[in-house]
Amino acid sequence: MRHLVLSLVFSCFALVAFAQHDHSGHDHSDHAGHNHADHAGHDHAAHADGGHDDHHGHGGHGEKACGHYTHHEFNAGDNAIHHISDANVYSIGPFNIPLPVILYVPNEGGFKMFSSTQFDHASGHHGTGVRAHERFVIDGGQVKHVTDSSFPNENVAISGIVHIKKDGKEEAFVCYNEKLYPTEVKSTADAGIFGGGITGYYDFSLTKNVVSMFIVCLILFLLFTSAAKAYKTREGKAPTGLQNLLEVMVTFIRDEVAVPFLGHNASKFLPFLLTLFFFILGLNLWGQVPFFGGSNVTGNIGVTAVLAIITFFAVNFNGNKHYWEHLFAAPGTPWFVKIILVPVEIMGMFIKPITLMLRLFANITAGHMVILIFVSFVFIFGNSGESVPGAAGGAVAATLLSLFMMSIELIVAFVQAFVFTILTASYLGQATEEAHH
Amino acid sequence: MFFIADFNVIKPDFGLLFWTSVIFLIFFFLMRKFAFGPIGDALEKREGSIRDALDEAKAARNEMEQMNSENERLLAEAREERSLMLKEAKETRERLVSEAKEDAKKEANKIMDSAKQEIEAQKQSAMLELKNQVGTMAIEIAEKVVRQTLKGDSASESLVNGLVKDIKLN
Repeated sequence: MRHLVLSLVFSCFALVAFAQHDHSGHDHSDHAGHNHADHAGHDHAAHADGGHDDHHGHGGHGEKACGHYTHHEFNAGDNAIHHISDANVYSIGPFNIPLPVILYVPNEGGFKMFSSTQFDHASGHHGTGVRAHERFVIDGGQVKHVTDSSFPNENVAISGIVHIKKDGKEEAFVCYNEKLYPTEVKSTADAGIFGGGITGYYDFSLTKNVVSMFIVCLILFLLFTSAAKAYKTREGKAPTGLQNLLEVMVTFIRDEVAVPFLGHNASKFLPFLLTLFFFILGLNLWGQVPFFGGSNVTGNIGVTAVLAIITFFAVNFNGNKHYWEHLFAAPGTPWFVKIILVPVEIMGMFIKPITLMLRLFANITAGHMVILIFVSFVFIFGNSGESVPGAAGGAVAATLLSLFMMSIELIVAFVQAFVFTILTASYLGQATEEAHH
Repeated sequence: MFFIADFNVIKPDFGLLFWTSVIFLIFFFLMRKFAFGPIGDALEKREGSIRDALDEAKAARNEMEQMNSENERLLAEAREERSLMLKEAKETRERLVSEAKEDAKKEANKIMDSAKQEIEAQKQSAMLELKNQVGTMAIEIAEKVVRQTLKGDSASESLVNGLVKDIKLN
C-alpha cells in the first residue's frame, strides 16, 4: 500500500517535472496561440514583431513567408534524441545555464567566442534561441550555422527556426525577415558514415557534456585526494567512511582486474585502469541523476571514442616484442594459416577499441532513450495533452517503468565501467605478457 | 511517419573529442599523482605490514610450540630422574639397613663371645677363690676339730697331713 502511494507521488512529480521541461506539442492544443519556436511554423511571427513574448497571438507578416509549415505531432523518438544529445546550454528543469560557445569557422576568420546567452535561448523553448549571433543560431541546444552570406553578421532577433523534412532528413531553416535561411550543423569526425562530416565550422564549445566531465572529474578528484589524505593522517589504522568505500572499489579493481590480467605489471597500469573505471562510472552515474540535466556523456560516441583511442595507444605503446611478433608473424602456424591469421590479428588490433567504444556508447544511450521514451508515455497516452486521464495513466505507467529501468541502469553504470576496465586490462595483459613457448 | 531526428550522439564531434582528451588526460595525470599513486602505495604498505604481522604471529606461535615441547621433554626427564633417584635411595636404604644389621649381628656376637670369655674367666677366678676360702675354712674347721681330739700326737699329725694332701682344688 505504501509503495502504491509512493509511486503515485512519484508519478505526479514526473508529470510536473516533465511538463515543465518538455512542451513538445501539448501546449498548442491547450493554449491557442502559444508560441513554439522549435517545432511550429505557424506562430513564429510572434518573435518577429513581439520580441520574446511567448503568449503572443497568431498573425503578423511572418505567417506569409514562414507560416505555411504545419508543426508535427509529439514524437517520442525525436524527444528522446533531443534529450540525449550534447547541448550548448545546460538546462536543469526550468533553468538554462549559459555556456561559453567557442566556434572555429575557417571561412569567417577563425575562432569565435561568446556566451550562449547571445542566442537568448532562455526566452525560447527547449534550448532554442530567439536571436542569431554572427550567423549562428541555437536550435534545440545545438549551435547551427546560417550558410547564406546575405544573413546579417551581427546579433539579430529571428522569427523562429523551422524544421523541414526532405528525403527522410530534417533540416533547420532560420526564419528571418520573412525569409527562410538554410543552416548547417557542426563538423563531425565520422567521415560521413553516420551522416555527418566536415561542414563550414567546428564547435569547440564547453558544452553540457564538457561541463559534466569537468564537474565529475572535480568531484572524483576531491573525493580521492581526501581519501588519499586519510591514508596519511590515519596511517596504520583501519579505514573508515569514504576512505573505506573507495578502498573497496580500488582493491576490487586491483585484485579482480589488474592483478589477474597484468600480473607483476599490475601496479604500473593500476592508476590508468582506476582512472578509466572511475571516470566512466562517475559519468554514467552523473547522467542518471534525475532532474539534473541527465547529461548523456558516456552515451556520446565522441567521449567513448577518446577513451577507446587512449586505450588503443596505451596497449600498443606498451606492446612488447612478443606481442608484435604474435601480431605480424603468428609464430608456430603454417604459411597458409598465416595468410588468414595475420590480417585478422591486425584488424583485431583496431576492432578491439572500436568494440569498447560502441559497447559503452550503445549501452548508455539505449538506457537513456528507454527511460525518455517511457516518460514520453505521459504525452503519448495523454494524446499530447488532450486527454488528462490518459496522461495520468501514462504518468503512472511511465513512473513504474522508469523506476524499473533506472534500477537496471544503475547496474549497467557499474557493469559497463567494469567491462570497459576489465577488457582494457586484458588487452594490456596481452600486450605486456612475456613469451612462454 | 515515425521519423528520427538527427541522431547526433553517434557522430563524434571535434569539440567533444578535443575536450574529452584534454580532460581525461589531465584527470589521469592528476589522479595518478595525487590520488591513486598515494592510495596504492599506502595500501601496499599496509598490506605489507599486515603480512609481516601475520608472519610474526605465526613464527611466535611456532616458537611457543617449540618451547612447550621442550618444557614437556624437560618435565619428562625430570620425572624420570626423580623416579631413578627414588629407586636409588630405596636401594641405598635397604643396603644400609642390611649392612647395619650385619654389623650389629657381628658386634653382638663379638660382645657375646667376649662376655662368655669374661664369664669363664670370672668363673675360674671365682672357683679358685672359693677353693682357697673353702681350704682355709676347712683347715680352720679341721684345726678346731683336731685341737679337740688330737693333742699333739704324731698319729694325728700324719693323718692331718694326709688329708691336706688329698685336698684338690676342683
